[in-house]
Amino acid sequence: MQVRPAEQPAPSPRQRGGGKNLFTERFVRVMAFACALLSVVTTFGIIWVLLSQSIPFFRMVSPIDFLTGTEWRPTREPASFGVLPLITGTLMITIGAGIVAVPLGLLSAVYLSEYAPKWARQILKPMLELLAGIPTVVYGYFGLFFVTPLLKPIFPDIKSSNGLAGAIVVGIMILPLVSSLCEDALRSVPKALREASFGVGATKMEVITRTVIPAALSGIMAAFILALSRALGETMAVALAAGSNPQLTFNPTESIQTMTAYIVSTAKGDAPYGTVKYDSLFAVGVTLFIFTLGMNYVANRLVRKFRQVYA
Amino acid sequence: MISSPFSSELGSHEQRHLRRRKQKDAIFRVLCLAAALCGIVILFVFLGKIVVDGLPRLSLNFLTADLSGRPSRTGIWPAIVGSLYIMVLTATLSVPIGVAAAVYLEEFNTRKTKLTEFIQLNIANLSGVPSIVYGLLGLAVFSRFFGLRDSIMAGGLTMGLLVLPMVIIVTQEALRSVPNSYREGSMALGSTRWQAIRYQVLPSAVPGIMTGVILAMSRAVGETAPLIAIGAASQVGAPKGLLDEFTVLPIQVFDWSLNSKQEFHQTAASAILVLMTFLLLLNSVAIWLRARSTK
Repeated sequence: MQVRPAEQPAPSPRQRGGGKNLFTERFVRVMAFACALLSVVTTFGIIWVLLSQSIPFFRMVSPIDFLTGTEWRPTREPASFGVLPLITGTLMITIGAGIVAVPLGLLSAVYLSEYAPKWARQILKPMLELLAGIPTVVYGYFGLFFVTPLLKPIFPDIKSSNGLAGAIVVGIMILPLVSSLCEDALRSVPKALREASFGVGATKMEVITRTVIPAALSGIMAAFILALSRALGETMAVALAAGSNPQLTFNPTESIQTMTAYIVSTAKGDAPYGTVKYDSLFAVGVTLFIFTLGMNYVANRLVRKFRQVYA
Repeated sequence: MISSPFSSELGSHEQRHLRRRKQKDAIFRVLCLAAALCGIVILFVFLGKIVVDGLPRLSLNFLTADLSGRPSRTGIWPAIVGSLYIMVLTATLSVPIGVAAAVYLEEFNTRKTKLTEFIQLNIANLSGVPSIVYGLLGLAVFSRFFGLRDSIMAGGLTMGLLVLPMVIIVTQEALRSVPNSYREGSMALGSTRWQAIRYQVLPSAVPGIMTGVILAMSRAVGETAPLIAIGAASQVGAPKGLLDEFTVLPIQVFDWSLNSKQEFHQTAASAILVLMTFLLLLNSVAIWLRARSTK
């Protein structure tokens, strides 16, 4: 080993490597930037694909017929492409899932954030994460072979695939999401608010329902909307549990079809390139994309508002 | 209980009112506990149902045999191989790109510009796009435009894009948890920014990144819709290369559940059992990594 005289400072790696290190530095920076840009490319890719591929469809079917038609019959002659049955099917699943997941999720979040002792949290949280990790197709299986048979004694005419079973399993699926997002919102409420409320003699329930929940409301609402937009885009569970029978109905025991289930069942069957059926995949895709984008936008605005309050 | 000096001043009406409030409070507490337990009960009921339905059909032969149109003969080997291929391919595509993107956004991006803010917002939005929409992207771009049709390559590329936002977000969180003194210390000794990242920041963020990567991989293994959208088949042999047709475990679950032959519903449950066992193993590795890194 070479001993340097003390007055000579050790050369920094920058100097030792000379131009090579600077080159590496710039190279890595540019490559990393390119990777970050890929996400933007993906977004534009999605928008471009959905728009460009659905243009041929809208040349054959007028957008007005598409949006106002009440019959979706892509295979029968004469074919009819009215998207309303798919939209009502999707909304039925989304709203039904919300009815299941919103109260259960909010109450379990209240338990986890306000009541649960540490050990209970440590058991309950990983369990909910496990529930969130179950693949969606498995929820579909439960809908078909567990939930529907349970519903059969209550509704004797229930179809083997039906909107109700679909909504229930999707509701269970988004439950962990609602619960954990609501818990975050509740936890961000400052302790002083709770103490003030207790101080004027409120019971714990009154503290929670009149102080904590109103204070966390925008975060809770954002959680609901995010979870509902997940339900809206959910595919495999509804393709199995809710069926593949597009019809304009509000009867939850009937077999229905959602936008996502239509895309899956059509891609699964035969939709050769260049046919109206193939193009219709993208037209439905655009509709679905606009719905989820709208919901995510609202949720993001609420989250931002909620961050301004306590942070 | 209200303390005695005050209760004597309360009239009977107020006392009744107070008792009712306390009752409500107790009921509310039980309600919250019940809601929290509800998810757990459902989880156990579901797991029990799967084991009861799927266990009888599960055997070594079921794991290693080829797919068949006869429920008594069919195995699941091609789907297992397909799932592994998709998982490995998704990881090799999304992890380097995702980590690099996160490094840019967290480490190089010292002056937050409008552009990087836009990228960040964009990543958040992408993670909310339904998976089936990624499937349509894969169908149009990878399957049609690049002519990869229904190959593993097309599936892996589509899945790679799908999990990318997740990998980026998790890696960013892992990088954020590395103390700034690591970077400052390294750079004070004369390293460049990249050297500080390469030798100090990334190594200490590895457990966090790995946890996220494993969660992203389990998402890729469980995800079905985009693969069906690009046209993944169901009756195929085990793939041998990246350009072969393929099937995965969730696609088999889907197909068998919809099959008109009753016996296939059992094989669907057995396939779920295989899938869930695999996911559980993956997740325990993630939990183990997290536990080890917090020590």
